[in-house]
Amino acid sequence: MISWPNLVSQLFNGLALGALLALISSGLTIIYGTLGVLNLAHGAMFMIGGYAGFVTYQYTESFVLAVIAGSLFVMLLGVAMERVIIRHFYHRPHEDQLLVTFGLGICFVELVRLIFSSQSQLVPPPALFQGITNLGFMFYPTYRLAVVGIVAVALGALFIILYRTRLGMIVRAGIEDSVMVDSLGINVYRVFMIVFGIGAMAAGFAGIVNAPVVSLTPGIGDDILVQTFVVVVIGGVGSFPGAILGGLIAGEIISVTSMFNPGYAYVMLFAAMTLVLVVRPHGLLGVQGRE
Amino acid sequence: MTDNLIRRGLSRRGLLQTTAGLIGGSMLPAMPAFAEDKPIGSYPAGVSGSTAFIGISVPRTGTYAVQGEDELKGYQLAIEHINSGHDLIKKISPKTSKGVLGKELKFGVADSAAKPNEAVQAQQRFISENKAIMITGGTSSAVAVALNKLAQREHVLFVCGISGSNDTTGKDCVRYGFRQNFFGQTAAAAIGPVMVKEFGKNKKAAYLTPDYTYGHTVTKSMQDFLATAGWTTVTNQVAPLGAPDYSSYLLNVANSGADVLINVNWGHDAVLSTQQAKQFGVLDKMKLVVPYQVPFIARETGGLMQGVYAATDYWWTIEDKFPLAKMFNEAFEKKYGYKPEWGAENAYVSFAHWARMCEQAGSFNPPDVIKAYEKGETIPSLVGDVHYRPEDHQCVRPVIIVKGKQQKDMKNKEDWYDVVEIVPGEGLMQKPDAFGCRPGDYS
Repeated sequence: MISWPNLVSQLFNGLALGALLALISSGLTIIYGTLGVLNLAHGAMFMIGGYAGFVTYQYTESFVLAVIAGSLFVMLLGVAMERVIIRHFYHRPHEDQLLVTFGLGICFVELVRLIFSSQSQLVPPPALFQGITNLGFMFYPTYRLAVVGIVAVALGALFIILYRTRLGMIVRAGIEDSVMVDSLGINVYRVFMIVFGIGAMAAGFAGIVNAPVVSLTPGIGDDILVQTFVVVVIGGVGSFPGAILGGLIAGEIISVTSMFNPGYAYVMLFAAMTLVLVVRPHGLLGVQGRE
Repeated sequence: MTDNLIRRGLSRRGLLQTTAGLIGGSMLPAMPAFAEDKPIGSYPAGVSGSTAFIGISVPRTGTYAVQGEDELKGYQLAIEHINSGHDLIKKISPKTSKGVLGKELKFGVADSAAKPNEAVQAQQRFISENKAIMITGGTSSAVAVALNKLAQREHVLFVCGISGSNDTTGKDCVRYGFRQNFFGQTAAAAIGPVMVKEFGKNKKAAYLTPDYTYGHTVTKSMQDFLATAGWTTVTNQVAPLGAPDYSSYLLNVANSGADVLINVNWGHDAVLSTQQAKQFGVLDKMKLVVPYQVPFIARETGGLMQGVYAATDYWWTIEDKFPLAKMFNEAFEKKYGYKPEWGAENAYVSFAHWARMCEQAGSFNPPDVIKAYEKGETIPSLVGDVHYRPEDHQCVRPVIIVKGKQQKDMKNKEDWYDVVEIVPGEGLMQKPDAFGCRPGDYS
């Protein structure tokens, strides 16, 4: 028997999950859109963001510092990864890129497992957002409500960077045609490095923000990676608004299906993705042009 | 994915020796030992050299990874102790001096990820390539049940690791399988009276059940027992193994009007569902009980087990009552730096018992070892004297009931529980054929 408060709660859960997926996916999609690299280590970046934040929290007991440190650490890791490894693969076949990023993801997961073991680690929500909120018609965990707000602010910041700055303009132009941007005298490789860093940071930020909702384990990025790819395909590869729309759709599909039969949550997600691909092969808000 | 097969202890020299032994053995068919023993499974090929190989499959990734690692440490310590003739092993298997029957134990480890097909594939490799004389694994009862079938088919002994399902030594029991830790039903029979005493009769219970053999049998056992005290089930939320989010189930639990939440989940699932039960305010509305405690849940949930009752195989503070437990805790902590939980205890004792049975049989010949187990004699363990029932190969052993300590009462950072009661196994167990065990043939 499905009650209205239950359904509304699940819609809220879907919103929180969707917002998170939107943020992670936006990182993935701008990396792919700009650099043409499908980063299969993106789930590991999400996980590392959580762990970097966890370590910071252990020393400082400040959630804000944990979020900042988690995000920055993953951004630096992304930049280092791009400089040391990824840049050698820009002109290699997609399969090579997939394999090298997949391999990196495995290395990151095993390294974290080695350091922290498989035991789950806790990062409590900040004191301000602890407990349960009475929404009048139902009770709901306060931090889950806060996640939606926190992620919305992060997405807003990302929007400003992409749509209101010169860097963003170059990135968006790069998504359309990186050869043209290069020929205009802009050092696209430096931009690529920054884009990779920003994309990774989005995943790292989501990782630490998510840590109080689902405790940290080394494998936490695996499921997220799959969901994130589906979001990118639904929303349209390379599209920032598409990532947000796709994220929200995917979050609601997973949550609402879980209410009736959790075993079918992924089935419904992939069914929705297939439907979108049939009706709109470039995704709902897909960017055409880049191959 | 990750290359999840790690082989240890197979040096080039060892391999050469084993090969030489095999060739030598095959060239000397008239030797008395071989003449008397009909080859069966990996016997005698697997023990014709100076070593005997054990195949270990534990989850090192996935929702049961933490428990798998603890279990593996227990196996490794047991093998180390058996090979060196440690005092603790001698207390359990007095004839063991250096290795089992003079053969040094070697082993291989595979990551089962708690998936039956991966465990079976890995163990099949260990049997065919390494001539494993004994295999072990579990942590998921689905894995244990699958390995039971493999063991019977291949005629190689399966000494079960962690597995709480009634099916393991119930309807899916085999002649070649033995289990040291208890049935879900046994846990229910032990913790049920404590719950009725604590919470009263005619209560309403909500269940969180993982959707596989362990979950369903534990939930059924709890429901059956508590029904005798008038308890009713107001909701049973069944979630898939490794569910990423328990919110929808917990919302249903929160609205069910239950007095007690019985969380049957295990591994990371138990940790996550308990944490989220707190997030959604469920634990403010109702009491939590974990009928079959998962190792590490207290430390992983960061205090949410305070005041919570649970049934478990082992808790380290029983060392005050059992000298062998104290020896084990000290050896384990010295090697690994933390107090062992019940996965490690279970693993250690299972191997020690296997070593004892081989020594008693005077052979690795599987039917002889099985018959040594089936004598059902009383033997030592870390939790006092126990015995294996010949009919279903289930160890009859006590259940430890614990209650989470409040933080202020913890004497050290690993002092998570008070031991409420140590319930003798004998009175808890159903009859050997109650779950339909028909163990099959010796050969």
